Amino acid sequence: MDGGAATPLILFPTCVMEAMAPAIGDAVVRTLRDRGFEPSIPPDATCCGQPAWNAGHPHEAATVARTTLTALADAPPGPICVPAGSCATMMRVYWPELFRRVGDERAEAAAVDLADRIVEFTRLVAAADGDDEDGRAPREGAVAYHHSCHMLRELHIRDEPLALLDDAGYTVAEWADDERCCGFGGLFSVKEPEISVAMADEKIDGLPIGEIEALVGSDLSCLLQLEGRMRRRGIELPVRHIAELLDPSGPADGR
Amino acid sequence: MADDLRTRAKEALADPGLHEALARATDRFVEIRRAGDDVANLDALKRAARWQRHRVMERLPEVLERFADAVGEAGGVVHWAADAAEANDIVRDLATRHAVRTVVKSKSMLTEEIGLNEALEAAGIDVVETDLGEWIVQLAGDRPSHILGPAIHYTRERVAELFSARAGEELPPDPEVLCAYARASLRERFLEADMGISGCNFGVAETGTVVLVTNEGNGRMVTSVPPVHVVVMGMERIVETWDQLDLMMTLLPRSATGQQLSVYTTQVTGPRRDGEIDGPDELHVVIVDNGRSDVLGTGSHEMLHCIRCSACLNVCPVYRQIGGHAYGSVYSGPMGAVLTPLLDPSPATTELANASSLCSACHEVCPVGIPLQDLLLLRRADNAAGGAPAAFRAWAKVWSRPAGYRASIAAIQAGARHVPETFVPSAWVEGRIVPRPRGRGSLRERLARGEI
Repeated sequence: MDGGAATPLILFPTCVMEAMAPAIGDAVVRTLRDRGFEPSIPPDATCCGQPAWNAGHPHEAATVARTTLTALADAPPGPICVPAGSCATMMRVYWPELFRRVGDERAEAAAVDLADRIVEFTRLVAAADGDDEDGRAPREGAVAYHHSCHMLRELHIRDEPLALLDDAGYTVAEWADDERCCGFGGLFSVKEPEISVAMADEKIDGLPIGEIEALVGSDLSCLLQLEGRMRRRGIELPVRHIAELLDPSGPADGR
Repeated sequence: MADDLRTRAKEALADPGLHEALARATDRFVEIRRAGDDVANLDALKRAARWQRHRVMERLPEVLERFADAVGEAGGVVHWAADAAEANDIVRDLATRHAVRTVVKSKSMLTEEIGLNEALEAAGIDVVETDLGEWIVQLAGDRPSHILGPAIHYTRERVAELFSARAGEELPPDPEVLCAYARASLRERFLEADMGISGCNFGVAETGTVVLVTNEGNGRMVTSVPPVHVVVMGMERIVETWDQLDLMMTLLPRSATGQQLSVYTTQVTGPRRDGEIDGPDELHVVIVDNGRSDVLGTGSHEMLHCIRCSACLNVCPVYRQIGGHAYGSVYSGPMGAVLTPLLDPSPATTELANASSLCSACHEVCPVGIPLQDLLLLRRADNAAGGAPAAFRAWAKVWSRPAGYRASIAAIQAGARHVPETFVPSAWVEGRIVPRPRGRGSLRERLARGEI
């Protein structure tokens, strides 16, 4: 954004990104700066608690989520950016119910207050679309976009990532299975690995592999599932988080 | 129930024709269902339907009494069955009393749930399924794999083989020829039947009417040709008024088959009256509980709102891979994974809560707004009510402390970099290669130090 001071922004990086893809975190930070934000991560934030919640362990989920809730509630006001649809869903949609389930009224009230501040990355970036990319050479190439379930059906975010890719110059290829679940589902992928893999395979089989340069998504866990399965099958198609394609520095491997 | 979910799923995945049959059939269901999105205010109707189902369930005993009274006034007889055994006894006793030798049935998942066919057959009664899909699975000695399309897992070629064997002549895999054969065969059975048994899509309390939604016309034959008609009805399959029925009938065919109206909407109010040409001499309505009242008033009560449209099966990515049999129960897909363990809690059914990736596609299409993914989560939480496994307890302890979390992240990153195949569960890495971490070090520390 030209002129004006950057808007301070809370970034909740997610455990999967911090553990498995800190370089994508850099891309998230650079993209946010490019759109006029100055992100910071509250030092005491940990995880949203989703793994335990989805496995049916609300008390364990609440124990972890409470730490993050407190850290975020204590942070300066304003939007909290989450670069993963499923973590954003956990915090925005499920946290109030989680704390209600375990009988923690104070945390429930805090979670209700916080819910409106939780914004998924592409929704935030699309709404803040800056004007300084005019002078930048447009990116080229076709990609396939995976709509992750929570983002699509709980947060109802469908058009924003597609518009961002289009604005950046990418072509999003037709992919019949783009809205179907990848089969990850957290513990589901461990408890029912054969079904999970079959689900991934059907999605992968539908990819227009020869026509695209990458498979793109907004949820790292889905991408780990799809990338992991493709590599096991010997398919070398690059898999990218959307922030890498929006990053003003361009996609970098950094593996 | 044989084996466990994972074993049954593996068997289903190993069946080469199954996935193709399922994908083709469910894609077709989804495609035609979209034609049912013709109603301008569909979302508002769904919300209204959810509320109406809630209102009826809140007052279920009262509404059922009203229904029973009205059925009686119309000349029918109501029977109350607490469980499957009672329901089967009631129907078998009715059959014995009328010296019934042949029963014709229209499709009813409830009778599958309670095992009515087996109970009647054990009493020496010939039971004939007359829904085409049900007839196919009956001839094959098989079980329905979909609540709307029982033979969804059959290709036309398999049906042709089955019918040819019965006919004693070669029939081509041509749907028209096969349907003509079924029609001719079943017509004889309708005429010789002593009793017709149907399910019930909706009972209407204010008039004691049983409403059946069918497409093949067999339902109308079952309810009007034999001298005795027995309705086997789940106690939750009820609306209070015709206005409520109107709303349900706007949603059910659209959600099920994308039709504005099914080919037949049969309304049965009492047996044949004086001066009427068609209809049975006796009408019996067996209202079955079989675990349903245990669900009332619990956190899962919304499962009783289900109107059995099957839209959730058709969009479910898990059902699409493994089909109905792998669920090991009459009800499959998301609604089955929730309903089956509620009606029959046992170790064999509770694991069905794991048969979902929680993708919410089911909730999105449910015409009465049942939050199926939330109910699945509730099943999982109930299953784990005895306490979380040690790994989760340890995880909670460490990740509720920022320092513990940061140390874990560093350890996971190192593990994924250096020993990627050993730090995740083996079931995961059989099918997938753990991607190596992208980048290294602490994102939050680098950001705080101004290194990004």
